[in-house]
Amino acid sequence: MFGAVIAGFLISLGLLLFGKYIKSKYFFLLALYPISLFAYFSGFITKINQQLDIVYRSEWVPQYGINLDFRLDGLSLMFTLLITGIGSLIFLYTHKYLYGNKHTDKFYAYLTMFMSSMLGVVLSDNLIALIVFWELTSISSFFLIGFNTEDEKSRKNAQLALAITGIGGFFLLTGLILSGNIIGSYSIQELLQSRELLHNSPYYLPAIALIFLGAFTKSAQFPFHFWLPNAMKAPTPVSAYLHSATMVKAGIYLLARLTPAFGGHIYWNTTLLIVGAVTMLYASINTLYKTDLKGILAYSTIAVLGMLTMMLGIGTDLALKGLVVFIVAHALYKASLFLITGIIDHETHTRDVTVLSGLREVMPLLFGAGILTLLSNIGFPYSLGFIGKEMIYESTLGISGPVLMWSIAAVTVISNIFIGYSGYQVALKPFVGPIPEKFEKIKPLSVFLLLPPVLLSVAGIFYGCFPYIADEILLKSATLSVTRHFTDLPLKVWHGMNLTLVLSILTILAGAALYIFRKQTHRQEEKMELLDAVKPEQLYNYLKTGVKRLALFYTQVMHNGYLRIYIMTIILFIICVVGYKLFTEVPIQINTSSLSTFRLYELTVFSIIIVAIMVTIFTSSRLTAIAGMTIVGYCICLMFVFYGAPDLAMTQFTIDTLTSVLFVLVLFKLPPFMKYARATIVTRDLLIAVAFGTLISIITFQALVSPAEKEVSRFYADNAYLAAKGKNVVNVILVDYRGFDTMIESIVLTIAALGVYSLLKLQIKSSDKE
Amino acid sequence: MKSTIFKVAANYLLPLLLLFSVFVLLRGHYESGGGFVGGLIASIAFVLHFFAYGLESARSFFRFSTATLIPIGLSISLFSGILPMFAGKPFMTSLWFKKPVAIIGSVGTPLFFDIGVYLIVVGVTLTILFTISENVK
Repeated sequence: MFGAVIAGFLISLGLLLFGKYIKSKYFFLLALYPISLFAYFSGFITKINQQLDIVYRSEWVPQYGINLDFRLDGLSLMFTLLITGIGSLIFLYTHKYLYGNKHTDKFYAYLTMFMSSMLGVVLSDNLIALIVFWELTSISSFFLIGFNTEDEKSRKNAQLALAITGIGGFFLLTGLILSGNIIGSYSIQELLQSRELLHNSPYYLPAIALIFLGAFTKSAQFPFHFWLPNAMKAPTPVSAYLHSATMVKAGIYLLARLTPAFGGHIYWNTTLLIVGAVTMLYASINTLYKTDLKGILAYSTIAVLGMLTMMLGIGTDLALKGLVVFIVAHALYKASLFLITGIIDHETHTRDVTVLSGLREVMPLLFGAGILTLLSNIGFPYSLGFIGKEMIYESTLGISGPVLMWSIAAVTVISNIFIGYSGYQVALKPFVGPIPEKFEKIKPLSVFLLLPPVLLSVAGIFYGCFPYIADEILLKSATLSVTRHFTDLPLKVWHGMNLTLVLSILTILAGAALYIFRKQTHRQEEKMELLDAVKPEQLYNYLKTGVKRLALFYTQVMHNGYLRIYIMTIILFIICVVGYKLFTEVPIQINTSSLSTFRLYELTVFSIIIVAIMVTIFTSSRLTAIAGMTIVGYCICLMFVFYGAPDLAMTQFTIDTLTSVLFVLVLFKLPPFMKYARATIVTRDLLIAVAFGTLISIITFQALVSPAEKEVSRFYADNAYLAAKGKNVVNVILVDYRGFDTMIESIVLTIAALGVYSLLKLQIKSSDKE
Repeated sequence: MKSTIFKVAANYLLPLLLLFSVFVLLRGHYESGGGFVGGLIASIAFVLHFFAYGLESARSFFRFSTATLIPIGLSISLFSGILPMFAGKPFMTSLWFKKPVAIIGSVGTPLFFDIGVYLIVVGVTLTILFTISENVK
């Protein structure tokens, strides 16, 4: 299982490095990877149905309880099969959709990376591992939305999606760490068994609030939904895969996964119920006013995500079962709708619903797939969508309290009518009516494009006709992972003549009536855009400009470009912070009795330092000043030698030499030496210098008084040879004990070199222009 | 610098200093020294040559830009850290050969790490110095 997840990242890396050597006609072979994963995970179906979870454990940072633990149970299996199954189709579809694009290799690399991250999210049995994969899905989504790097809109929207889901990720991380601390473990399995502990914890509320923020941003719930319609700038396979079938369901997955631990609390259920219902209604109304096929689909996806969240809020066994059924139903029909839209866009180069018509004559097979998908979308009997919708209606009718029940039920029906209507717009409208002349020359479709939507739509109908098959292999065990106890809710095609059926029929008919009597126009869309000023999206814009202004202000204040001011700020800061701590918390003692007397050579070196400093300060020649500073440096080297620190002395000596060389090199470039410091400035600098010197002296004396902790140095001295096989403790610390620090410092050095190099090289270029 | 004495001295000092820097690098594990100091000494050797013969001549010692030494050094350091992971040990566990090699002494991953540091230091120092001096003229 570990290999299955990691392999994707390796393939992705390989594609990024060597993908450009692959010929375009061979890209479809990459689909072998998701197909084999699909087969691999299908192999677990029987085991999962016997309630045998597949567990894989691997240590990562065991000291902090962070492990790469994977666990496959019913819910995970359902998601892995959706991810790999739809993934396989998307891989095939992309082959033709992006045929001839220069960056197809990169696209596949990001797609593979996304798939692996998504598998990681649904398989992780450790909260921290989960958040890592969660963030990886956000990052790969960013690359995929911004795939058309030359389109400014596409880049901006990618940024928007990353910002929103990234902020959510931070909240989620905090929430998960908080819940991990409540139970004392990051294991999800243990979390699920600590229901009592969590519910009684004073941190229950903040924990779920933070988790909600994470899940709502990811699953595009109101008021964080606006990144999703914008993310439709991505190539259509991405929209189908990430932004309808899988990634946006990660939030739903997380909430469902945590339901056994956090669910059943009034805050948990009410929040989910209300947020879900508001999102559903808001988004479904928006679908009425879009003319772009993908815009319609984006809002209907948000509406469904709201509906799923609402189901979690209802939280009864029936609702949770309905949730599971509808996740699958929606993934199948919405992915198919997106892929159909993609094909239409690919062939006609427009997605405007007011322009498209009559395409059934040129793509009859796709029309068939469209009809089948539409049946599932509107919830027509004998489709999986119908079964899911029935369960949703039935569970809304089971809410306690008549007012709440009827209002939620009404909102659900209204939203579903609009969702159904959007289905007619996307899957029916482009195909019927007279065909415009410009579409008549469309060639027959490639099998790579046609196969995925056909398979998806047929699957939606197949499982709708034989729901017990889907139930037995997948949905029953998936429900079990959410409810944690057996539920006797068999899926049936025919529920008998009751209120839910009436509501279903009403939904279908009202949707059809809307489709017949209403026309989607640009004018309505424009009217709707007048409301943009009060949309939650504005909040993000304010935030963005605010951050920019703050950055500008900060840069102007702190980065004034004068080295002397920088140094002064740094030293003043140290004086304040260290001085405050020293004088308020440490009893100052100066014990002169333990000091040794000056030896003659020390005194000599010391006097040389004093003289050199004086020369440096009072000279009027830069060269002399540099020489003075170098002398000070060399004298300090000597001090190191006197007190037995040869390594330090060597390093100080070489560094000093090189610094002087550097100074001399730039010397000629500097403006002539001028004494422009006024008396006030000199006094100010003097005060700062004296204060800093005094502070350091006091600290040094203080260090002598405090009992020295010998343990650390003894540990290194004792272990250097035994454990690290070195006799030079300093070097052993550098390359072994603290090797990681050294490595990071090397990187810092590299950055410095790159900085110097690029600064100076860029300067040359700009002068070339002049 | 026009001084003949300096030029001749620099000629002899360059190999000597380089040899010395390698010596300092290798003895680092037992006596004073190490990759960082070794790298600085090596840089000084080239800087000396640069003062005596000029930038072009100093650059000609390197087939590629001095900056290429940096990624090479970083890779060696990183690789020495990753190597133990193939043996199933945590990142940066030191591994040693059982028998010490003649002249060099014990060979293990920390030595390669140090060699990496040495190359990074040489690369960084010379890149900074050469770039600055090139732009100052």
